[in-house]
Amino acid sequence: MSTTDGAPHTPDFPSDRLTRVSTSGQIDSGSTGKPKRATLREVIGEMPVLVKISALWLTLVVFGAIYAKLDVTVFNGALPLQDPNLQTNNFDVNTGAFGTGDPLESPSLSHFLGTDAIARDTFSRIVHGAWVSLIVAGVSASFGIIVGGFFGSLVGYVRGRTEAVVMAGIDVILAFPALILLLALVSIFEVRSLTLISLVIGVLSIPTYTRVARANSLAISNREFVLAARAIGTKSRTILFREVIPNVMPTLIAYAMVSAAFVIVVEGSLSFLGLSVQLPQSTWGNMINQARRDIKSNTAQVLWPSLALSITVLSLNQVGDFFQRRGSNRDAAL
Amino acid sequence: MGRVLAVRLVRLVATLFAVTLLSFLLTSLLPGDPAVAVLGQDNIQNPELLAEVREELGLNDPIPIRYVKWLGDAVRFDLGESYINRGQEVSETIKQRLPVTAQLAVMAIGIALVLAVPLGVIGAYKEGKWQDSTTSAAAQVALSVPNFITGIFLIWLFAVKLDLLPASNWNRISDKGLSANLKTAILPATALATTQMAIFSRLVRADMIATLKENYILSARAKGLGDRYILMRHALRPSSLSLMTIVGINFGALLGGTVVIETLFAVPGLGFRLINAINQRDILVIQGITVFVAVVYVVINTVVDLLYAVVDPRIRRG
Repeated sequence: MSTTDGAPHTPDFPSDRLTRVSTSGQIDSGSTGKPKRATLREVIGEMPVLVKISALWLTLVVFGAIYAKLDVTVFNGALPLQDPNLQTNNFDVNTGAFGTGDPLESPSLSHFLGTDAIARDTFSRIVHGAWVSLIVAGVSASFGIIVGGFFGSLVGYVRGRTEAVVMAGIDVILAFPALILLLALVSIFEVRSLTLISLVIGVLSIPTYTRVARANSLAISNREFVLAARAIGTKSRTILFREVIPNVMPTLIAYAMVSAAFVIVVEGSLSFLGLSVQLPQSTWGNMINQARRDIKSNTAQVLWPSLALSITVLSLNQVGDFFQRRGSNRDAAL
Repeated sequence: MGRVLAVRLVRLVATLFAVTLLSFLLTSLLPGDPAVAVLGQDNIQNPELLAEVREELGLNDPIPIRYVKWLGDAVRFDLGESYINRGQEVSETIKQRLPVTAQLAVMAIGIALVLAVPLGVIGAYKEGKWQDSTTSAAAQVALSVPNFITGIFLIWLFAVKLDLLPASNWNRISDKGLSANLKTAILPATALATTQMAIFSRLVRADMIATLKENYILSARAKGLGDRYILMRHALRPSSLSLMTIVGINFGALLGGTVVIETLFAVPGLGFRLINAINQRDILVIQGITVFVAVVYVVINTVVDLLYAVVDPRIRRG
């Protein structure tokens, strides 16, 4: 690990901080962006090596997923990526010959990661599987940040009966063991599409985000700049949207990374159980489930999707932890 | 203390109400006729059976009355009878399968604790040194690898490569004795334990780092007590409180979390039955297991909370 590991984010000079807080109440990453807002390059510069590698991997996964989706929907398979569902040993009507592929091939130039039990290209299936993980994680994060972030910030600021009602509802949903509730909900539907799965997981993600947002909103609502804004007669709605929510967001986005890691595992488990998006759509979970049956003859086919899933989750945790550490330093400087 | 108890009990009742209501609604949320859904495709041609199910579910009553009736049966542990597997009482199924799942959960927590406490203590004692970064990195990895992947890895290593342990199946203690039972239980329990181990060891480490900065540790050192004695007798004890809480909560969660591992290892526990029920669309079994696991989880969480208040006076007063 590099020596910059865990180096604290330099706190702002106190006097500067006082003037800034009293004028706008924005912290250095506030939406007005006036006081120094770290650029992407600076943020990357702060990252320890492992976090950099993780971020790079995540970028690759996102681009791969989008590329695969574009290949199918826009370019009709014209981009250089094999058809994830083509059984390469099948009889091809156009050429009048059997395909050259075999089931459970070892990695080669034509199939980077070999082929699965019915001779489909594993690399392509992994890249296409990334799309499912991406969508599920993305939908869950959007639901969580927008809905959970809003309600959490709101009840943390206004308190009172609204808070009691919202939080009681949230406690009830969180009273269920997460996977059991998800399974019960999923079992209602006979046809499980990506839209359905990501919606169900997305809705179930809202409670924890609300909790995180509320906790932060409670702390921020008692800060001097919010009290000052209230003292000079700023409208509650303005305070909520201009002071509270912008300051809750950074924490929530860091939380979204860690939550996305969890959500990807949940979807993976669901796929593994055969209860997520239906075949032939490849997901990392269903690839692992299919390949584990041939574990004796071909270990590699289990290994690839397992690695893809584990490395993605590990990377999300790394990057999420990094932003959380960074955020807590930021709060300390506030 | 009385006040804390009262507040917790009110919350417990409210949560139980909501949890049972949600589980009850499962049959009503289904698209179409609940009786048809409960019966499944094979049985709907049988009008007598359809009438029987209608009667049994009380479909002619409004939902609130149905809920009360269903709850009345449920508290007497009568969760109905599966129509997909005729004659199978849902409560019987749960009684049969709960010991298996509970054993797995207990073993997983046990394995996790045995590994996690020393790892956490080492991490805290050697904070910032290589021992700490190694154990922390290991915990980070253990936390990130989904348990079914760990399970497959264990199968590959111990069943395929070394041929030491069976890759699936389950021997009941009552049928085959303890050692045969442990042979089938050890792999799934270990797979479940890795994530728990990571959670526990992180907790112990973080807690102990805070404790080691306390004055009474300093005075123990000044008295010339040995490091090992201080770590075990002075520093670990306060950490055991939060550890106890998380063990309690995670035990409850594990009762539901064994689903994937039970399926992977073909362990005949609650989770495996739940997945079968989902695949067969056996609604009453799904409902029964869901409500049972959720209620147990809620009750365990409340008990853990109360125990915590009993042990830690600061919370009792707050």
